[in-house]
Amino acid sequence: MIHRQSGNMTTHDVYAALLAVRDPEIPTISVVDMGIVTNVEVRSDDDVHVTMTPTFVGCPAIDVMRSDVEAAVRGLGVAHVTVDVNFDEPWTTNRLTEAGRAALLKHGLAPPEQFETLTLKLDVLNNVACPYCGSRDTDLKSPFGPTLCRSLHYCNACLQAFEGFKPV
Amino acid sequence: MNTAALADLCYRMADDELILAHRHSEWTGLGPILEEDIAFSSIAQDKLGHAQALYAIMHAHCGEPEPDVAAFMRNAEQMRCSHFVELPIGEYDFSLVRHFLFDAAEYVRWTALVESSVEPLAKLARKIHGELKYHLYHAQTWMVQLGAKGNEESHARMQSALREAWPYALGMFEPGNHEQALIDEGISIGEVATQERWIATVTELLASSTLEVPSSTEAHLGGRKGYHTDHLQPLLDEMTEVYRIDPSAEW
Repeated sequence: MIHRQSGNMTTHDVYAALLAVRDPEIPTISVVDMGIVTNVEVRSDDDVHVTMTPTFVGCPAIDVMRSDVEAAVRGLGVAHVTVDVNFDEPWTTNRLTEAGRAALLKHGLAPPEQFETLTLKLDVLNNVACPYCGSRDTDLKSPFGPTLCRSLHYCNACLQAFEGFKPV
Repeated sequence: MNTAALADLCYRMADDELILAHRHSEWTGLGPILEEDIAFSSIAQDKLGHAQALYAIMHAHCGEPEPDVAAFMRNAEQMRCSHFVELPIGEYDFSLVRHFLFDAAEYVRWTALVESSVEPLAKLARKIHGELKYHLYHAQTWMVQLGAKGNEESHARMQSALREAWPYALGMFEPGNHEQALIDEGISIGEVATQERWIATVTELLASSTLEVPSSTEAHLGGRKGYHTDHLQPLLDEMTEVYRIDPSAEW
């Protein structure tokens, strides 16, 4: 993370503004807590560059979030805002913040557990903790859900179907 | 960087992803159960994203057109997809088997590309690798469910679909015109090595399904050179209909 400061604007101000930008598919979580903002560079009070990366390569919400991010930074009075979307720092669910995990849970989505990216075995999906009762007596029903980043599960303890945020 | 070789590789991969994404999306609203409808639709969406990312790499590094233009403005003879992805969706057994064989190949291909000398491709590979696990997991689950855990009919239908799909699947590994350059420059491991790893992966994944890996070596070739089945042009006509009427349309 580059903290290049001049004048009064700081990267902290920009991140604070971006906390108000929500994922349109999961409105309880901000783009910052989702971990999809990978860099903020304040070149001057009038020139800010933001780098983002999508959760999934084909995520249809990224264009909306990109323009929302741009608008939020403009809202700080910054005249020149550029937002770049790339895969230089690829998104994994390990990039979710603690606040982000709590926001997912609030949305009724089981947060993903931390894992080693290249050695992830999908067997972990068979015992995801239920977001309602916490039980691990759950079954994976389908690795695909209503959005690319979610999976479908069933809790044998509280007899509830639920969705998980899949580790990737 | 050998941009001609890179474009050759990326067009083969992207066109496969684009055309199979379209075929998978034909199950949207028609899947045999809701979860399968969602699964094929999600996989289609992922594949479309992968194709777009590959067209974007070619646009940025090889002087090729914008992704939308590359995807929607070429005729059949300009496409480099394999015959395998062009075939109609058929019955669900065939679509599942194609999904399985294709994603096993994708998994092998993208895993190797993590080491590619072309940095943007290697970065994309690290990202896509994680997504493909889900595709392959879904496909393998059904190979086992309808193979080892199914009944006589489901087993017979899956085995027959495997035999039917096999020569087309082998066509995925038809090399392009820059094969040696791709290998020499460390851009990819090449089609011979990819096919060897794919057969090993398919054999391993099918072990618990009781389905037999076909031994035939006949391959349907031509797609990588621009010679296609009669199924491709009608698909392109349908896929590009809106774009041809209004290239600036947003939806």
